[in-house]
Amino acid sequence: MSVKIGEAPYKERITKGIENDFMREAVSSAQGRFRAGRLTRAEELGNWEDWRQLGEEIRTHTLENIDFYLQQLSDAVSEKGGNVYFAETAEDANHYIQNVVKKKNAKKVVKAKSMVTEEIGLNDAIKDLGVEVVESDLGEWILQLDEEAPSHIVTPALHKNKKQIRETFTKKRGYDQSDDPEELAAFARKELRKDFLAADVGITGCNFAIAESGAITLVTNEGNAEMVTTLPDTVVTVMGMERIVPTWEEMEVLVSLLTRSAVGQKLTSYITAYGGARLEDEIDGPDDYHLVIVDNGRSKILGTEFQAALHCIRCASCINVCPVYRHVGGHAYNSIYPGPIGAVITPLLDGYDDHQELPYASTLCGACTEACPVKIPLHEMLIRHRQILVERENKAPMSEKILMNGFAKWSSSPAAYKISTKLARPALTPWIKDKDRIENGPGPLKGWTDVRDFPAPSKKSFRAWFKERESDSHEHSK
Amino acid sequence: MKVSLFITCLSDMFFTDVGKNTVEILERAGCEVDFPASQTCCGQPAFNSGYLKEAKQSMKQMMRSFRDSEYVVGPSGSCVGMLKEYPKIFAGDSEWEEAAKDLADKSYEITQFLVDVLGITDVGSTFKGRVTYHPSCHMTRILGVKDQPRTLLQHVKGVELIELPVAEDCCGFGGTFAVKNADISREMVKEKSRHVSETGADYLVGGDMGCLMNIGGRMRREGKQVEVVHITEILNTH
Repeated sequence: MSVKIGEAPYKERITKGIENDFMREAVSSAQGRFRAGRLTRAEELGNWEDWRQLGEEIRTHTLENIDFYLQQLSDAVSEKGGNVYFAETAEDANHYIQNVVKKKNAKKVVKAKSMVTEEIGLNDAIKDLGVEVVESDLGEWILQLDEEAPSHIVTPALHKNKKQIRETFTKKRGYDQSDDPEELAAFARKELRKDFLAADVGITGCNFAIAESGAITLVTNEGNAEMVTTLPDTVVTVMGMERIVPTWEEMEVLVSLLTRSAVGQKLTSYITAYGGARLEDEIDGPDDYHLVIVDNGRSKILGTEFQAALHCIRCASCINVCPVYRHVGGHAYNSIYPGPIGAVITPLLDGYDDHQELPYASTLCGACTEACPVKIPLHEMLIRHRQILVERENKAPMSEKILMNGFAKWSSSPAAYKISTKLARPALTPWIKDKDRIENGPGPLKGWTDVRDFPAPSKKSFRAWFKERESDSHEHSK
Repeated sequence: MKVSLFITCLSDMFFTDVGKNTVEILERAGCEVDFPASQTCCGQPAFNSGYLKEAKQSMKQMMRSFRDSEYVVGPSGSCVGMLKEYPKIFAGDSEWEEAAKDLADKSYEITQFLVDVLGITDVGSTFKGRVTYHPSCHMTRILGVKDQPRTLLQHVKGVELIELPVAEDCCGFGGTFAVKNADISREMVKEKSRHVSETGADYLVGGDMGCLMNIGGRMRREGKQVEVVHITEILNTH
């Protein structure tokens, strides 16, 4: 897998999403829970807006000094006996990790949840070596059994309900119990335990790397990251280069914003901190530790008008409030990063060619921007993408260009505008029904009137009314 | 107080009563209302579609039209919200920067103007009915006008205000989104229509005709009896 998850065209994906009643029900109810949880947890702090402000300041400062902090992180990890590798591309990262796995003669790799490894397609690269790779996050494990892509960045199997999960377990692992979530989870736990114990290499992502100490922190509710980082002899962290904070102090702020925004929890059940290899005088830690810092297009975003998109702490609160996401689901975005943040960063990481519809998959309602705990102006960035698609990428349809050119002429000419206020009704008369509505509109109105009525233009415009009223009152005062 | 009405192109052509009601409310509040006839559209349809150059042409026309106005008041959170974005759009443009800031500073949505500038919470109107209010996205999130419409509605005699479930959810209009992504828009407006029905209200009230035209158009297509009205209609009924 990579950023892009499939080949189906946009319209087809949208229709498939809309027609999937199971998925929509699951997504809608999850959104409701997440939204309520986030609001409760935000209110509890009493000054949520101050927290957001602080979150934004921390991210801005860190990104503006990212070269310094990455160097600091790298030095700290090296000091703790770890190997640090800066991977410019997905291929570089995969190649490096493949070598780690090969050197170890590994038969089995166990992973904790990581979006960046999805982004670079690491699982396929490991499988290419003939090595088994097992996802240990429950949601990711379900998807791995089903050979499906995640549809959400925090809860990857959000689109599935318990009945579907039971079916998957039965079909793929001979499960014979009920669809009770506790039974399902207990089964997964038992199965995964074998993998944890047998794994030669553990791989995790990274929520926040602490530059000052070289620690990697992870938030989970399952404790699987603890297993992945403590049982195998060889441990690898893969992190997007922007997942970094200066010190524990900033981490504390961001982790509060993250867990409250993501799942409406004060903190997750587990916050794992690890890093480095076992040094001579230490009693625990892996023999071999590697930190792979992935660029894969991120440094190209630095210094541009989209830099703030790198502030993202992957909480998914924008996804959880997005009405478009609710109706089409994550897979419709055809990116491992769905929802509003996905629509912003997917074209940045993977180009416009395969993702040109994404910036338009938003009503610009701004719910995402309002929810973002680090204040990324998501809907404004979507507009900026549209401008680039029109001006630089030349991807706008000709009909739209003509229409917008006409709009500019019309709206910059009071005379032309005034005439249109008189002609609108006569021009639409053939389609007007019951004097006040249009049920089957022509041309661009068709998409509208396919599902809803369009109003008929007034017989007399407001400006005409106002003018008459003014002259009446003049008459009156004479 | 002198107020220039910013009618919005949609109300100018399609919903003239909104303009009439706005004028009468302002006059009753003691304002002298003028209508700069050279005004056109705020430019949002082009701006939100990514056509910056084209949008700027209409924006310049708007700045020219309202150059001499003391206050600019419009019956739409979305269109007034667009005016508020002008300073960002014209930042660094020495010819227009000042005018953009000037227009943004003196522009208000009608309920915002009544409550925040004139200090009026009761316009003295009477409107009998069960009413639910849809807070449009741009009004609340871009313009930041959240409480003013409710405050005014709560003071109208005879109004029974019923909360709309998940009121803050977008109705699916989104300008060209409704046509470009018609399928998604349809699902969104269906959901909104369902929420409106759940309230059992006789009237759906809002402060943006774009959203109301979308929700109203859908409810009418579904054969629902709920009447869709702009907030100025309620504030101007006696």
